[in-house]
Amino acid sequence: MGVNLASSPSSSGRRRADLVFQAAALLVLVATLGALAALVATVWNDGASRLDWRFLTSFPSRRAEDAGIYHAIVGSFYVILLTGAMALPVGVAAATYLEEYGGRNPMARFIELNIANLASVPSIIYGLLGLGLFVRLMGMGRSVLAGAATLALLALPVVILSTREALRTVPSSIREGSYALGATKWQTIWYQVLPMSLPGILTGLILALSRAIGETAPLIAIGALTYIPFAPDSIWSPFTVLPIQVFNWVSRPQVAFKENAAAGILVLLTLLLTMNAIAIVLRDRYQRKGRS
Amino acid sequence: MPQRRGERIIELLLFLCALVSVGTTAGIIVVLAVETFAFFREVPILEFLTGTEWTPLFSNQKFGVLPLLLGTALVSTIAMAVAVPAGLMCAIYLSEYAPDGVRRVVKPVLEILAGVPTVVYGYFALTFVTPLLQQWLPGLSGFNALSPGIVMGIMILPLVSSLSEDAMQAVPRGLREGAYALGATRMQTSVRVVVPAAFSGITAAVILAASRAIGETMIVAIAAGQQPRFTVNPFVPIETMTAYIVQISLGDTPQGTLEYRTIFAVGMLLFVMTFALNLISTWLRNRFREEYN
Repeated sequence: MGVNLASSPSSSGRRRADLVFQAAALLVLVATLGALAALVATVWNDGASRLDWRFLTSFPSRRAEDAGIYHAIVGSFYVILLTGAMALPVGVAAATYLEEYGGRNPMARFIELNIANLASVPSIIYGLLGLGLFVRLMGMGRSVLAGAATLALLALPVVILSTREALRTVPSSIREGSYALGATKWQTIWYQVLPMSLPGILTGLILALSRAIGETAPLIAIGALTYIPFAPDSIWSPFTVLPIQVFNWVSRPQVAFKENAAAGILVLLTLLLTMNAIAIVLRDRYQRKGRS
Repeated sequence: MPQRRGERIIELLLFLCALVSVGTTAGIIVVLAVETFAFFREVPILEFLTGTEWTPLFSNQKFGVLPLLLGTALVSTIAMAVAVPAGLMCAIYLSEYAPDGVRRVVKPVLEILAGVPTVVYGYFALTFVTPLLQQWLPGLSGFNALSPGIVMGIMILPLVSSLSEDAMQAVPRGLREGAYALGATRMQTSVRVVVPAAFSGITAAVILAASRAIGETMIVAIAAGQQPRFTVNPFVPIETMTAYIVQISLGDTPQGTLEYRTIFAVGMLLFVMTFALNLISTWLRNRFREEYN
């Protein structure tokens, strides 16, 4: 690789160019962080005054000042709990197979490649899959169950990837010790490997769910309702979730509804931050335990 | 030995769970293909791929997908024009210049940027960026391609930056030290040694970002409008493929009709495009991983 220094006039000129470049790069970085700050500030300015107990506990309304977000909070909780309940067992089982059993066989490698590709399929495509498969073919209708199943497929690649990483951190001496005591492969995995990697698995799950809770497009595609004056009470209920309610309010021309949207975003972001904080605490405790 | 049989059954069950992911891909392809074929029985595929008018909901129905495709390309190009240079600058700064302390603070913050729900970016584009741009560009419509494009660029910037930085970190120290020994400054080392050496990894990052931009939905559904226009003018309302799927999903188009099937045909096109980009990106990333091992 040729580094042509002759084109640079003098040592001091090159120094200056280096400083200018460094300043420019730093500026870009600061501008990016500034965009994040502007985003948070905009939402806070628009929505903070709307955020009160009544907003959190009221149902939607045609009058912006009476409208609340209770139904969407309950809907989001239902959907996310169910998503986790479906994605966790399947994801952990798949990761265990790939990490502990599959090895380098061609089938396992094909599955791996497939998971890597699935992780970057647009989320709205998952929505069309959920519409065709869960809503229509399996007859679940536009229910909480269909929404959660769709989001579980969306979250699955993330759960699998993070579980594999957690399984990889378990030292092989643990496995060998277990085998030496006469345990079978599955006993070793069930009693030693999985419990040891549990905090890592849960961290990955929470991060996957915190992405799923902000998803709007796939749930719109399966037909989650945008106006629903009640909270879901079973897995067969029609439902709405926080981001869809926000989208519904953003789409209206009146300023008062935009304020509602901003307040809804604040609720959503608070929920996300809480979930991420739990994940970080779990990860920290896990790392400390791993070291001692 | 009953225990051994139990072990085999468990392994089989785990394998079946791993197959769910393959089933997901197959499910996507089957669901899209079935509806798309039904669609093409009524609309010639040539009209779909080459027509410049998209009016499935009007009485004079036209099914040319090019306006939606061009809308998607327009917004994605704007997003890439923001995300690629800025993301690369961030990556070079973080990989080659930043002290450890700065990196430890900045990287998680960039991750936050990547974790913000897209509906929030849509709100930001519509209520903050568009009015801001209108102060300098009086001709800018309330819905346009420019503002969601810029905001989408900010959204995918962390992806470009973190994957590019990974690729730069994988460049062996020896190459840098060689350049320094020849008297190169850090900028010369970064731009003429590290970036070219990490080129396939950086390209993989850029392609993945393009795929993300093409499939991004909520930002454009909120801020770009719902008018499929065959134009590259970034100041007027347009419609992207993803935004069209949202528009039909929200409307009261009855299931099983031709109008309803359009979302699967558009979805198929979207899936094929992003899938091809993802494959190229994976292939490039594997190549650069092998280069220095």
